[in-house]
Amino acid sequence: MDDARPSGTREVSARAHAIAAPTDFERGAPIKAARSQSPVKWFFTGLVFVLAAWLAYALVTNPGFQWQVVREYLFAEPILAGVLVTIEIVALSMSIAIALGIVLGVLRLSRNNTAYVVSSAYVWFFRGTPVLVQLIFWYNLASLYPQIQLGIPFDGPKLLSFDSNVVMTSFVAAVIALSLNEAAYYAEIVRGGVLSVESGQALAAKALGLSPVQIYRRIVLPQAMRAIVPPTGNQIIAMLKYSALASVIAVQELLYSAQSIYSRTFETIPLLIVASLWYLVLVTSLSMGQRYVERYFSRGAMVEPGRFAPAGKRMTDVFARTGVHLGRRSSEGSR
Amino acid sequence: MSSPMVHAEAVVKSFGRTPVLRGITLTVERGETACIMGPSGSGKSTLLRCIHHLEAIEAGRIYVDDELVGYSERGGKLRELGRKEICRQRAQMGMVFQHFHLFPHMTALKNVMEAPLRVKKLRPDEAARAGLELLDRVGLADKADSYPRHLSGGQQQRVAIARALAMRPKVLLFDEPTSALDPELVGEVLSVIRDLAHTGITMLVVTHEIGFAREAGDSVIVMDQSSVIEAGPARDVLSNPLHERTMKFLSTIL
Repeated sequence: MDDARPSGTREVSARAHAIAAPTDFERGAPIKAARSQSPVKWFFTGLVFVLAAWLAYALVTNPGFQWQVVREYLFAEPILAGVLVTIEIVALSMSIAIALGIVLGVLRLSRNNTAYVVSSAYVWFFRGTPVLVQLIFWYNLASLYPQIQLGIPFDGPKLLSFDSNVVMTSFVAAVIALSLNEAAYYAEIVRGGVLSVESGQALAAKALGLSPVQIYRRIVLPQAMRAIVPPTGNQIIAMLKYSALASVIAVQELLYSAQSIYSRTFETIPLLIVASLWYLVLVTSLSMGQRYVERYFSRGAMVEPGRFAPAGKRMTDVFARTGVHLGRRSSEGSR
Repeated sequence: MSSPMVHAEAVVKSFGRTPVLRGITLTVERGETACIMGPSGSGKSTLLRCIHHLEAIEAGRIYVDDELVGYSERGGKLRELGRKEICRQRAQMGMVFQHFHLFPHMTALKNVMEAPLRVKKLRPDEAARAGLELLDRVGLADKADSYPRHLSGGQQQRVAIARALAMRPKVLLFDEPTSALDPELVGEVLSVIRDLAHTGITMLVVTHEIGFAREAGDSVIVMDQSSVIEAGPARDVLSNPLHERTMKFLSTIL
């Protein structure tokens, strides 16, 4: 082809060789390119291992942690009951928050002025005041309205009437406060998600004759979910930890259960560790669930199934090079 | 002679203070393929959207199949129709967009089935059968279960045409259906549209493809600066343009 280029001859000979026996490249063998190694990287990897070892040593040798007590209470009945209440609070509050948040978020995008103002005012108020204050406020609702009545407003006839102190138990107050507060944040997440959907989608759906509700339900929201699900996972995890605030109004959730034990036995640190371990277990299982939900809602938009792998893969590479194997396929590590 | 399928009368529309349509009047007969041509920004796409009532108009009347689109007239006053009526009218027209706008979270078949299922309330098996037939018609029966992402631009546009056809529209509106396509994919889409032209459906096609307009178009409408400057049988307009601006425009896209 071009004799001037020295590589020309090499190309030709390579091709001749290929006819005789296919090269690795032609067999589709993976490229074995070594990642560039720098001494700085080695230094920091080593430093991390040293720090981790030191941390483990400190955790084991300091008698103050009282690991014996931790083990004793980890599966104690009041703690497990607390875990259950925490899960109940989070599940209930989050369900209400998501439903209300979707409505508020969609209203905020509405061309209807009233809808926009109502939704904006809601978000403004509930995002603008501390959730702890709201929690205590709802718990003390009885002092403001001793009776909760359903009926015609402005002193009209009442159909149903409840005693506030009976209805507004600490559990109910916690669920109301957490869900109303969360709905304000969730409304913004929904709004962002809807705005992330290309406007042509709604236009195409409109052109087909779909009604506004159908356009939202069938076309816009399912696509908005891709942008909504990751922050939703984040919010559920945040909610899990906010639920600890409910201990302030004596809801017997996880933290409160731990507190009521250590207020008796003074084993404060080990019981806080027990509570923390459970929070970690809950958060970890939530994160794993989130992965699957995300994968479902990105259908039709996935690049490849292994989209979530890169970060983990890189970690295994580091471990593989330092001689630690995490039970992954060795082919990945040997790259 | 029967009444025209699409008839627009002195349609006016502006975005803010910029006029986009300055009194557009045009007629498209039943079964006719009308090509709308003109430089970008001349209001062609907006005209299509107004015919579909995806945009409200400020003055004038648009009739499709003798029915006033988007408004009801009582005592000389126009009032916008209710949502249900607007949806019903929109369902009688099909629109194909420059950028396809397929629903990315649905397979090709689900895209085509969506409107018959939700708007016409067909049974799923009926909608699926009709959908497969339509995909077959645009040559994509084997791609029924593919998501739009995995289809080429030309294939996506053909699915979009099948989707528009699924509601058995009286009129099909094409908004630059091949402008977003790679050159080698334009042909497959145009040939599908050309085949449709023979089925007797009324079509309005905004296009820059002169060859297509000459071959498949019955009439050509040339727009410039928000007005119709020339309209007539395709052959006449394209071969012997009367208007100087038409001549200029045609020479730029040849």
